Amino acid sequence: MSAAPAAIIARGLAKSFQRRTVTTTALASIDLSVAQGEFVAIVGPSGCGKSTLLRLIAGLLRPSAGEVATNGHAVTRPVTDIGIVFQNPVLLDWRTVLDNVLVQIELRGLRIADYREQAVALLRAVGLGEFLASLPRELSGGMRQRTSIVRALIHDPPLLIMDEPFGALDALTREQMRIDLEALWLRTRKTVLFVTHSIDEAVLLADRVVVMSPRPGRIEQIIDVDLPRPRGIEARQAAVFVETAQRITQIFLARGILHQSRGL
Amino acid sequence: MRGLIRRWRTVFGFLLLFLLWEVGVHVFGVREYILPPPSQVVRALVKNWQPVAASAGITALEIVAGYALAIAVSIPLAVGIAFSRAMEETVYPVVVFLQIVPKIAVAPLFIIWFGFGFTPKLLLVFLLSFFPIVIASIAGFRAIDPEIMDFVQTTGACGLRAFAKVRLPYALPEIFTGLKVGAAISATAAVVAEFVASDRGLGYLLLQYNGDLNTQMVFATVMVLGAIGLAVYFAVELLERLAIPWHASQIDRQDEPGLV
Ligand SMILES: Nc1ncnc2c1ncn2[C@@H]1O[C@H](COP(=O)(O)OP(=O)(O)O)[C@@H](O)[C@H]1O
Ligand SMILES: [Mg+2]
Repeated sequence: MSAAPAAIIARGLAKSFQRRTVTTTALASIDLSVAQGEFVAIVGPSGCGKSTLLRLIAGLLRPSAGEVATNGHAVTRPVTDIGIVFQNPVLLDWRTVLDNVLVQIELRGLRIADYREQAVALLRAVGLGEFLASLPRELSGGMRQRTSIVRALIHDPPLLIMDEPFGALDALTREQMRIDLEALWLRTRKTVLFVTHSIDEAVLLADRVVVMSPRPGRIEQIIDVDLPRPRGIEARQAAVFVETAQRITQIFLARGILHQSRGL
Repeated sequence: MRGLIRRWRTVFGFLLLFLLWEVGVHVFGVREYILPPPSQVVRALVKNWQPVAASAGITALEIVAGYALAIAVSIPLAVGIAFSRAMEETVYPVVVFLQIVPKIAVAPLFIIWFGFGFTPKLLLVFLLSFFPIVIASIAGFRAIDPEIMDFVQTTGACGLRAFAKVRLPYALPEIFTGLKVGAAISATAAVVAEFVASDRGLGYLLLQYNGDLNTQMVFATVMVLGAIGLAVYFAVELLERLAIPWHASQIDRQDEPGLV
């Protein structure tokens, strides 16, 4: 059996932004390898370059140095065998839920008829079966984000990239989305790269957690999460969860990103 | 049902305005040549409808043709400026500068260049309604959420498809705002052009009646002008309702409390 190429390989990946005379190094020399079907979470404080890293991997940004490849192909322009989800669902206001999913197909010039059934099935699976004909403004934030996730999956990409997808949701919705996302992933086994600034969320979802620190953005440590799946609500009580989350917190403490209480 | 109530209220608003006008004129004993009551204006219009109708046709044509030309030029230009760095850096500053110049000032010049006929009127209507449409359209194309464009890029869609399916619909609400401003200006532009030099049209007629101190017919002509402007505006609004029924500006607010 020939080994499938890694889903993502980054070597010495770096990005600086030039603004007049000021140069911001958003990302300094990232080395990262993600295997096919792996669920990898990236945690770090805001501004440490998480979004920049995702945009480099998706080919939406040109690196200042280093290189990145997805599924064995060097990234030189926007990667198309990918699904992408942002913190904001960025749906098209004039399209219904179903048509917002199918726009993925239309923009790719594929036949809509071939995907309609699958779109309806996926929307049903995430609890939107009754809202196929609703417009985005008629939905709650969680429902909009579910639509956005289905849009990122409808063309069956091998790689799913999510940039703080639950960041705008309330805590309860967030927990439910987390559980549903894991279930979806267990069924499809796509490679997922999931950015969050919630340590809990990272540990509960990922096979491996990439811990990043800022100025300049770099990988501090990569931590394996040895928790059995599915990790339902109870996973929060598991000793491994508490331990792993604690380890990550310690890293942030050691790097001065978190502080022990000093009073406000 | 709600729509019906709202329409009746609109009609009622106008009726109230005319009623106040009529009563006010009689109560305060305003002289007829200063401000005639609406009843007399209507009577005068009915009596002299023929010259007014003939002039209205001419002016309406100037408005519609100039406005249509403005739309036909400004939207493609806005697309060019919004999507081409080169055009943004060369054409856009010029557009912004010209927008500030009071364009009515060139109306007399148009007479020297194009004479007394249809052309200078068409061009002035074009010139005045052109800028609000370009400026609003550019703003519309630029307002797109960069993350939507990131998503579009990951689909590998070509420029044309991305434009038709995402960028144009995204810009439509702003474009329609510009179209409505342009529509409102175009009637003014046509009358000003006719004021400057003309031997026909409602603007010309208006000056004639004014010279004769025929205040009734001045008001009658203004009303007809208003009706033409309103017709153009409503045509655009109708189009808007068909084009962007999903937009917030088009949504019936009947579910909101407090709006009775
Ligand atoms: N287009 C840009 N131009 C200039 N600086 C940028 C740009 N994008 C990001 N940055 C800077 O790069 C750093 C990392 O940003 P980002 O990747 O968005 O961080 P995160 O997603 O982890 O919050 C920040 O300091 C940010 O200000
Ligand atoms: Mg970010």
